[in-house]
Amino acid sequence: MLGLKHKDATLFLIVAALAVFAPFFMNPFPTDSGLAQFNAGYPDLMQKFVIFGVFAIGFNILFGLTGYLSFGHAAFLGVGSYSCVWMFKLLGYNVIPGILLSVAVSAVFALLIGIISLRRSGIYFSILTLAFAQMSFALAYSVLSNPAFNLTNGETGLQVYSSDPQIFHREGLPDLPHLFGLSMRATSTLDVGPWSFQFNAGYYLCAIIMLASFYLAIRIFRSPFGMMLRAVKSNQQRMNYTGLNSKPYTLAAFVISGMYAGLAGGLLSAVDPLAGAERMQWTASGEVVLMTILGGAGTLIGPILGAGLIKYFENIFSKINDAVLHQWFALLPDGLENAVVAVIHPFVGKGWHLTLGLLFMIVVIFLPGGLVEGGQRLGRALMAARARLRGGGREAKSGAADGQPGTPAE
Amino acid sequence: MDSIILQVLNGLDKGAAYALIALGLTLIFGTLGVVNFAHGALFMIGAFCAVFLQRVLSYSRISIDESQKDFLGNPLKVETPFVEIWFGPDVGGSIVDWSVPLAILFAIPVMIAVGFAMERGLIKHFYKRPHADQILVTFGLAIVLQEIIKYFYGANPIPTPSPEAFIGSYDFGVMLGFDANRIIYPYWRMIYFAFAMVLIFGVFAFLQFTTFGMVVRAGMADRETVGLLGIDIDRRFTIMFGVAAAVAGLAGVMYTPIVPPNYHMGMDFLVLSFVVVVVGGMGSLPGAVLAGFLLGILESFASTTWATTTLPGINQIIIYLVAIIVLLTRPRGLMGRRGVMEE
Repeated sequence: MLGLKHKDATLFLIVAALAVFAPFFMNPFPTDSGLAQFNAGYPDLMQKFVIFGVFAIGFNILFGLTGYLSFGHAAFLGVGSYSCVWMFKLLGYNVIPGILLSVAVSAVFALLIGIISLRRSGIYFSILTLAFAQMSFALAYSVLSNPAFNLTNGETGLQVYSSDPQIFHREGLPDLPHLFGLSMRATSTLDVGPWSFQFNAGYYLCAIIMLASFYLAIRIFRSPFGMMLRAVKSNQQRMNYTGLNSKPYTLAAFVISGMYAGLAGGLLSAVDPLAGAERMQWTASGEVVLMTILGGAGTLIGPILGAGLIKYFENIFSKINDAVLHQWFALLPDGLENAVVAVIHPFVGKGWHLTLGLLFMIVVIFLPGGLVEGGQRLGRALMAARARLRGGGREAKSGAADGQPGTPAE
Repeated sequence: MDSIILQVLNGLDKGAAYALIALGLTLIFGTLGVVNFAHGALFMIGAFCAVFLQRVLSYSRISIDESQKDFLGNPLKVETPFVEIWFGPDVGGSIVDWSVPLAILFAIPVMIAVGFAMERGLIKHFYKRPHADQILVTFGLAIVLQEIIKYFYGANPIPTPSPEAFIGSYDFGVMLGFDANRIIYPYWRMIYFAFAMVLIFGVFAFLQFTTFGMVVRAGMADRETVGLLGIDIDRRFTIMFGVAAAVAGLAGVMYTPIVPPNYHMGMDFLVLSFVVVVVGGMGSLPGAVLAGFLLGILESFASTTWATTTLPGINQIIIYLVAIIVLLTRPRGLMGRRGVMEE
């Protein structure tokens, strides 16, 4: 289907189904129940899931395939955001030109940075990209917001003012980002019993774009070009000895992942037309690294999982406060309850970064393949256990089958 | 002329901090071959050793003094630090006052212990893993460490003053024959610079003039051969990790009066220190020190009004700009050794 192999097509359809029905299954708890705060099915968060999914998918094309660890991808995200808001300011609130420009500008930006950074590899490449991103951040924050040439609006962040030209803005069009009149904030609510499901136009636009970029990523992963990128990762020297110039491949991968980042930045502005310099800071670059590694670098689904997990942590886990904890453990005797809450307290609420850091360390130490590898191991263990239950006679055989390298599922 | 001297002086203390952190990074990289992204966190932990000691020393007994009244007419609460009760107001008072220098003594064992724990507990298992994995796991560790500090000390900067004797500035201009108030330089920054120089020379002397240092240097040059000679090089490298952690920690302790420490100060310094290491040359100790001071001074020159009006924003990007130029023209850095990280 769609030029994909059976397995990839299945994966794509699963992701598509998840994206389409996200408003339902992200909202598993009735609105009035105590667990309603774990519902992630509100537009703002769902948009973040898919947008950062795009960002991480793009990062994975560079890091997962070529092994080049960029610590400066947030620069492209920021550039994309700024370009999109500029289109809003100049042309009007239609999101199409904004998103197109953000991809184009970040492509040019990534090409420039890539040509220079890719002259080195390993940690030097990481430092170079970090240096470029920090430079962009510093410039966007200070210099580019001077009164004579205000490109970024500095600390306030770039936003649309009523004095902006907006030449295509007409009466009747919403005064917010829209797609040919359909406002990105348009949300219809479906009430089923105690549940309330929200369907947001902005989310579905981002989800469609995410699916398109996911499809493209699958095609890249399975293409000869993708094979070349893997060759760069496994042994660049040998690749060069066989007479292949690896530079154009890595540069193309860098530019493609930069465009993905720019697209994500454009989408961030499309759902909320305010672009700030902090999107370019190196902590933002670190975040996408965390997402990709946590989910599983080099796998197709990993980055999306990682992005979802981190954004869920950031928005939901951080809301668990002491009162909620006391409510949960109310069944325990008082002394024990207080002790349990005191133990958990540092890890939730404002301390969610601590949990994230620990989780990240555990993943890097024990599961270099990320959560995807964890899932695979779990699956294999279950299979082995089932085989063992079925009968002792075939145990040795199934054990041997487990030992085979097999095709890594992605 | 006077402004040039002033900028050089201003660059020295920041450069000293860069040099100390970069020195530790290079030591770890040169010995263990590990890229330690948690080194900034060690700097931060050092700074919080000073904060901790200051809090402990000024831990007070609150007594109610009936003879004095506050503005509401209630009896005044008087806080007397316990050290003043035990040692008398004079000695006790000066102990509280000198808490930052005293924290050096406190920080050395703490930092060495932290360094040992880190190396034995985590980094040991990452020698054979790719550099990317080392970067990632130490990056995670840095997040964890700074979140722990944030949990105990909050997110706001904590002012930690230097001893009263060092508050104020020295007028260098008068000494050199300029007008008064042209070149003034705070005492504490002078002390910081001197302290950094002592520390740097201490580390170099330790490596250069002791048998232990000689073995470590031999191990840096060829670890395998040293191991074949029957020397337990791993143990020595672990000790060097402790030394590097202590250097970063002391740099942090002494930096607290200059910039009030907060939990993410380590990361801010780390990014720059990595740039410093790369400019100096991966694996070169003198290179790290030289590049640290050079970039510190360059940064302070770029912050002058003349520079910022000619090239706006130059003060924010100068270090990165220099790093990019150096990496592209001299890939090994200023004093980098052949064959270090050149795959």
